[in-house]
Amino acid sequence: MSDRQPAAVTSTPEAGDAAPAEHAGAAAHGAAAERAVVEAHRREWAFVLAATARVAGDFDLAEECVQEAYVAALGAWARDGVPDKPGAWLTATARRKAFDVLRRRQVFRSKLPLLVEPDEAEMDEPDEDAVPDDRLRLVFTCCHPAIAREAQVALTLRLVCGVSTGDIARSFLVSEPTMAARVTRAKKKISAARIPYRVPEAAELPERLDAVLTVVHLLYTTGHTAPSGADLVRADLVERALHLTRMLLALMPDEPEVRGLLALLLLTDARRATRTDAEGRLLRLAEQDRSAWDRTAIGEGRRLVLDAFRTGRVGRYALQAAIASLHALAPSYAATDWPQIVQLYDALLTRWPSPVVALNRAVAVSTVAGPAAALADVDALAQDPRLAGYHYLPAVRADLLRQLNRPTEAAQAYRAALELADNDAEREFLTTRLAELT
Amino acid sequence: MAQYAVLVYSPAPADPMDLTPDYVALLERYPAQVAELGGQIVTGFALQPSTTATAVHGDIVTDGPFIEAKEVVAGFYVLEAPDLDVALKIAKLNPATIHGGVEVRPLFTPPAE
Repeated sequence: MSDRQPAAVTSTPEAGDAAPAEHAGAAAHGAAAERAVVEAHRREWAFVLAATARVAGDFDLAEECVQEAYVAALGAWARDGVPDKPGAWLTATARRKAFDVLRRRQVFRSKLPLLVEPDEAEMDEPDEDAVPDDRLRLVFTCCHPAIAREAQVALTLRLVCGVSTGDIARSFLVSEPTMAARVTRAKKKISAARIPYRVPEAAELPERLDAVLTVVHLLYTTGHTAPSGADLVRADLVERALHLTRMLLALMPDEPEVRGLLALLLLTDARRATRTDAEGRLLRLAEQDRSAWDRTAIGEGRRLVLDAFRTGRVGRYALQAAIASLHALAPSYAATDWPQIVQLYDALLTRWPSPVVALNRAVAVSTVAGPAAALADVDALAQDPRLAGYHYLPAVRADLLRQLNRPTEAAQAYRAALELADNDAEREFLTTRLAELT
Repeated sequence: MAQYAVLVYSPAPADPMDLTPDYVALLERYPAQVAELGGQIVTGFALQPSTTATAVHGDIVTDGPFIEAKEVVAGFYVLEAPDLDVALKIAKLNPATIHGGVEVRPLFTPPAE
């Protein structure tokens, strides 16, 4: 076995050419090992769990073994140095633990079919250099349509990102027992209903991929504008969503919608720092400091949009990203290419006929054709029962009425929006606008 | 003899692993009672809890049973009985009727030409 590299061949910065005293070296190794384990948890969790789930046959056992492997790594890496491929070391260790448990349980045959058909070659000691990359299987299983959306989101965070149940619960503002029950129930369903551990076939891939992207996008939007609570942005969820999308793109480089989603997230996130002022108050697009937008993210997002469009298979995420890129590249709110934005919204509506998209289109229309034309569109949308309770609708209406110098109706609309908005930063924004009118 | 499907409804999620020893004892006595009343259970199945169900409406796939309700299908069996009256007598003795209920429904056989 080559999983335990001698310390001399490891290349941690601490293991430099200066030869420290023996005990100092051990302490440095301990600290380096700890850092390496933390780093491996962030970078390799999905790979290790996915590869272990294949042999463990159920996610509970897989998680248990992977957690034990990370604990074992702390000691082993401090003693023997950090291995060249921490992910492979962790996977081999976790899989060996899973095999041991399965052999002990003597239920090998009845357990294994739950996920994939056992591969005879894998029955022997797993070969750490030939670990299959099962991360896509893991993602598609977590986002299977037979699992409720909120459970898909929780499972993806738990199993793909390795986030603790307590942290997931805090992100979604539910109690830890509630979130634990949600995750447990979903895992039980995967095993009882035999949701397969596989990547969907080509014919079903577009629909199934859409579910995966929806879950990742939902993670992002939950982080980007927290549905309630004191902070507008939950940075951890935003980072998780970006990390997940990058992983998906690496695993599915030929899917333009994955590219489109990454572009959309980068272009939206490039404005993160400017969305609120120093006091945490919400700033509208027109008021944001464009010089503070993240140019690196915008550049990458723009390239991804162009790549996605070049494939000729343009989906809703690529179109949304294209709209975001026009905003990101505009020198000012007034100098934005609004006519092209309206056109992109029209294209988006044919692929994704959502009233929320139509509402955003109306905002763009107001800058091209004036607030009166936009108000007519918004009033038509107000009849759509799917938008009942959606606080952006009265907020947009209020803004248009204000521009049309109809303060009484505008104030009424701001009050309606306030009744529906739960996020503190958004509420304060609406309250301020209302105060300006009355 | 006529054949009936007997659909067993129990309070959700109807997990067979949660059955009490008393209930299991009643179930074990049931086939003898069925025979005594002149019926016979042809085949029967218990189901995993309704939390493991998946519903398909049109092209929409959702988690959970087809209809959200307090009681869910816990299992079903095919009962052979001389007539509905006997089938209902047999159904009334099913322990599921204590906290839930059963639906007795004749099997369909295509009409003769």
